[in-house]
Amino acid sequence: MPIQYYIYLCLALFSIGVTGVLTRRNAIVVFMCIELMLNAVNLLLVAFSKMFHGLALASDATTTVGIEGQVFVFFIMVVAAAEVSVGLAIIVMMYRNTHSVDINFLNRLKN
Amino acid sequence: MNAIIVSALLGVIMMFSSWCVKGERTQKTIALIGLFVLIVANLAQMNGWYVVNYDTKSMLTFSRFGLYANTLFFGLTFIYIWINGEEISKIGNHAADFYALFFFMLCGVSVLTSFDNLLMLFIGIEILSIPLYILTGSDKKSLFSNEAAIKYFLMGSFSTGILLLGITLIYGATGSFHLTIPQAGVKYEQFMTSAGLILIFAAMNFKVSAAPFHFWTPDVYDGAPTVFTSFMATIAKAAGFIAFITIFQTQYKALGYSWGLILPFVIISTLLVGNVTAVFQRSVKRMLAYSSIAQAGFMLFALYGTSTLANEGILLYMVVYSLASIGVFAVLIKMKENSIEAFHGLGKSHPLLAFLTTVFLCSLAGIPITGGFFAKYYMINSILLAGAGLWLVIVAMVFATISVYYYFKVIQAMYFVEGHPAIMELDKTYTYKLSVIAILLLILGVFPSLLFNYLYF
Repeated sequence: MPIQYYIYLCLALFSIGVTGVLTRRNAIVVFMCIELMLNAVNLLLVAFSKMFHGLALASDATTTVGIEGQVFVFFIMVVAAAEVSVGLAIIVMMYRNTHSVDINFLNRLKN
Repeated sequence: MNAIIVSALLGVIMMFSSWCVKGERTQKTIALIGLFVLIVANLAQMNGWYVVNYDTKSMLTFSRFGLYANTLFFGLTFIYIWINGEEISKIGNHAADFYALFFFMLCGVSVLTSFDNLLMLFIGIEILSIPLYILTGSDKKSLFSNEAAIKYFLMGSFSTGILLLGITLIYGATGSFHLTIPQAGVKYEQFMTSAGLILIFAAMNFKVSAAPFHFWTPDVYDGAPTVFTSFMATIAKAAGFIAFITIFQTQYKALGYSWGLILPFVIISTLLVGNVTAVFQRSVKRMLAYSSIAQAGFMLFALYGTSTLANEGILLYMVVYSLASIGVFAVLIKMKENSIEAFHGLGKSHPLLAFLTTVFLCSLAGIPITGGFFAKYYMINSILLAGAGLWLVIVAMVFATISVYYYFKVIQAMYFVEGHPAIMELDKTYTYKLSVIAILLLILGVFPSLLFNYLYF
């Protein structure tokens, strides 16, 4: 498949994530949308990685060109896991104090 | 390399000392000794001595500028913990855990000053940000702290997503994560490179709270415990600027013509939003949050002037701004409330403390013989040398004048309004510690070149 299809798919997924972050009011759902954004980026990285690998294979059968894109994906996954652990802790802390995960509830600092 | 390894190890040591070592004073002493070791290790690398000399496959490059910036960051953190140590142990049950987080953040800072690969940029930013989310929410019972933490966390990870999309698009266009200067002969996907760079630009603006992406700053700085706001607004932000400059001083050429449109727009809107909104604040803490946005506008000038003068300027600006902010926040911590009324009559009851606050505020405003004057001077000079229009300088000067108004409002409240300041019990040593900062600011205000002489030999 041409690389454009992957780019369009990933940008669509990313945009769905952005829209979710901007419109949803439940902290967990917002969080899921952020994960969707990160996974769209992962997909795009793997697609680019395969593209560069495929191009280099034509001239050299044992090439490792394009491997760094897939290594990056692992880093994103690890960092996202670290972020999840901190983020869920913050959401639980908020739930204990307010008994709600609605971020509209959070407007004390505005004035 | 030394700094990265040693700071990570020290973070682990502090984590264990949280349950091995009893007594908050001892833990603070361990943290200070650790920071001293860190500074020595970093200076050792500047003189060519390595703990581990490992080939990083050009993921990291250690320039004199980055290593020296590291030393300054560690020194600032040393001063920060030396002054605020007692205050940190009042929040939560385990002060040593917070010190551990500081060391992990310093590890992130040393990655950010030396990265040569967008992967390391991403890792450095995340190592710096994730402990900051924890510190923001560290006052677990306070709803303000909770709100600030969740806002900071959601906004922060959202901007990380944008940064990653930018990095990925650049990878798709060039086939590598390395920061290479775009060459004339090589054919890149022009559109994807520019789109990626603009997304990275937006995400970095987010991290340093520059204008179109500043909206989280006042709420988060206001809600977080004041000690940690002090760290967030100074050292963490300045580290973001070093990373920002490292990317865009080489990469801005790929944006071509549009770079000259985007950057002045961001600078002017940052200065506008920060200064004008700060004028209307009643709470001093919130005023300082907006003033930190305004100062970010001035630091962005270093991005415009791509010369050694701009590099020297950003080091000076970051040190002077951090010292003055740490000082003002340290005074604010001792106030019972954050409103400007708390400062009424401070000049009569605590003359030395009021004088020190005046020095800090003058430095933030950029009054001569305090460090802030030369910091602003270097910034303006660097953009003039880079060939910016005179109009940008005039706009900057107008906004600097506006900033004098709201800084001097606090000075006026201290000296010219009768009343009783709402201040906590204060021991003498605290004021003396603060006067060390004031003396440093005055020295830098007279001999600014003392700071970067070390950069060259």
